[in-house]
Amino acid sequence: MGNASSMLTQYDIEEVQEHCNYLFSQQEIVALYNRFCQLDRTAKGFISSDEFLSIPEFSLNPLSQRLLKMVDGLNFKDFVAFLSAFSPQATPQQKVELIFKVYDVDGKGRVTFKDLLEVLRDLTGSFMSEEQREKVLGQVLEEAGYSRESSLYVEDFMKVLSKAGLKMEVEVPVD
Amino acid sequence: MNQRVGTDSSPLRFAACESASLPLFATFIGARRRAPPARTHRQIGSQLVGRRILAAMGGLDSSSMETDLDRPNIEEYLTTETIREVPKKLHLSDLLDISPTLTEAAGAIVDDSFTRCFKSNSPEPWNWNIYLFPLWCLGVVVRYGILFPASFSWLVSFSNLISCMFCRVGVLALGWIVFFAAFLPVHFLIRGHDKWRCKIERKLVEMMCSVFVASWTGVIKYHGPRPSRRPQQVFVANHTSMIDFIILEQMTAFAVIMQKHPGWVGFIQKTILESVGCIWFNRTESKDREVVATKIREHTQGVDNNPLLIFPEGTCVNNHYTVMFKKGAFELGCAVCPVAIKYNKIFVDAFWNSKKQSFTTHLAQLMTSWAVVCDVWYLEPQYIRPGEIPIEFAERVRDMISVRAGLKKVPWDGYLKYFRPSPKLTERKQQIFAESVLKRLEEI
Repeated sequence: MGNASSMLTQYDIEEVQEHCNYLFSQQEIVALYNRFCQLDRTAKGFISSDEFLSIPEFSLNPLSQRLLKMVDGLNFKDFVAFLSAFSPQATPQQKVELIFKVYDVDGKGRVTFKDLLEVLRDLTGSFMSEEQREKVLGQVLEEAGYSRESSLYVEDFMKVLSKAGLKMEVEVPVD
Repeated sequence: MNQRVGTDSSPLRFAACESASLPLFATFIGARRRAPPARTHRQIGSQLVGRRILAAMGGLDSSSMETDLDRPNIEEYLTTETIREVPKKLHLSDLLDISPTLTEAAGAIVDDSFTRCFKSNSPEPWNWNIYLFPLWCLGVVVRYGILFPASFSWLVSFSNLISCMFCRVGVLALGWIVFFAAFLPVHFLIRGHDKWRCKIERKLVEMMCSVFVASWTGVIKYHGPRPSRRPQQVFVANHTSMIDFIILEQMTAFAVIMQKHPGWVGFIQKTILESVGCIWFNRTESKDREVVATKIREHTQGVDNNPLLIFPEGTCVNNHYTVMFKKGAFELGCAVCPVAIKYNKIFVDAFWNSKKQSFTTHLAQLMTSWAVVCDVWYLEPQYIRPGEIPIEFAERVRDMISVRAGLKKVPWDGYLKYFRPSPKLTERKQQIFAESVLKRLEEI
């Protein structure tokens, strides 16, 4: 990997920074660019699924397939925008929106019981039966005042998750 | 240092999770390179928790586990806030809150300890600046025009200071000519005097390696007692590039285990390296392991064979880290002599990034750089201790080599470069999460 920062001009950095709502510093963006170029081995301008899966830690994450649908083929600007939800400066709203997008992977704007079930299936694998998953979800939904037929929106997610105190931060190693 | 970690053919079982604190998903996280004051407590906490769980899984003393890189003394960071109190009842927020899993995934995307092992330095040729370039050009003229016609030894000694592509190629070409002129007759014509023939061939291979090293202006310092030719011993070394073998071969004729390569390297493997007794393997063949294991065993028993050199990492790593050692070399029941190799990166990055460049390009890059400077330490032969399993033995030797060469240890299997991690690792995470949900479900 050659001198990556020499290929990024100041204009580029500022454009990317604006696109991610100034959640990353310029140094972090340069560091992320180095990382992007390291992952994008064939210098296509985006990182393919295969290249993401070559990171062992990512590959063994239970939600890797869902996340792949969101990050596959992103160019650098969108890559940084995706990661900006993990910046320490990101607001809880932004973090919740990302979580919502992970659940609502087909982008219909609402999360149904089926979506919740799918994510729970990813997280628990074969160690919980389908009936157990449905039972658990049904119970907690009822307790929170929803039902199986109700759809959850971003506002609902905000309401439920803001109490939990979301800790979703990643540090970008800056040289 | 006792570490029981899985290094058989399936990659490392390293996923762990704190079952008491849902939804805290703790695994070995790719720690940040610097000792960070800015690292979140959750990351540190979960990492600590991960190590505790690993200790519980492996049944060993957690304080002796050194699975991580340059991180500060973890105990300083441990506060009660890192381990959340387990609420008795299961709420919707617990199931909706996938933030820890997402954070791990994002952390892995931003920086992970495995890819770091294979990062090569950006090539920074010293020549290409206003001060040194004219000097370099002058060197080319002087060397090509005046010194090249002169003797071989002059070239070798003078070219230590200033690099010159032409004179290096010249040295190399001359070396090959001399080598083949001597080797081919010896190999094919001298039959019957096998012992003598082997000796000559060994010497020739050593000479050829010296020529190779001279062609890159190699400055190599050897420390420690030279390897002796005895049976019942294997040499293990950390692996940065195929030139490791050449550097070690220059001093002693080793028999090495190598991946079968295509092209001109494969040709050399078949013709010349067979004569020193090398063993081939193929990473992609699954049954290969048993076959190779048998061959290794036979080789170490033989008295006349050259000492066997094995690179237990199984792949080239960038000389800042060591990946897990495969246990094959450590379960032979013979002495294991560790060799540590450390390249000085100021002159050239000797790491062969096999995903990025072919060996020919790599060699050409070496030849156009100033010098290959490295240190080789021959360490004390180690024997397996009573009650020690081969994997622990491998870790102990890896520890020795890493400390000697100033490398950091990483608990990943080098073969993850070529293969995906086993799905069992993901399943383990899923199992832990599922069990904690079910447990709390019962309490409702």
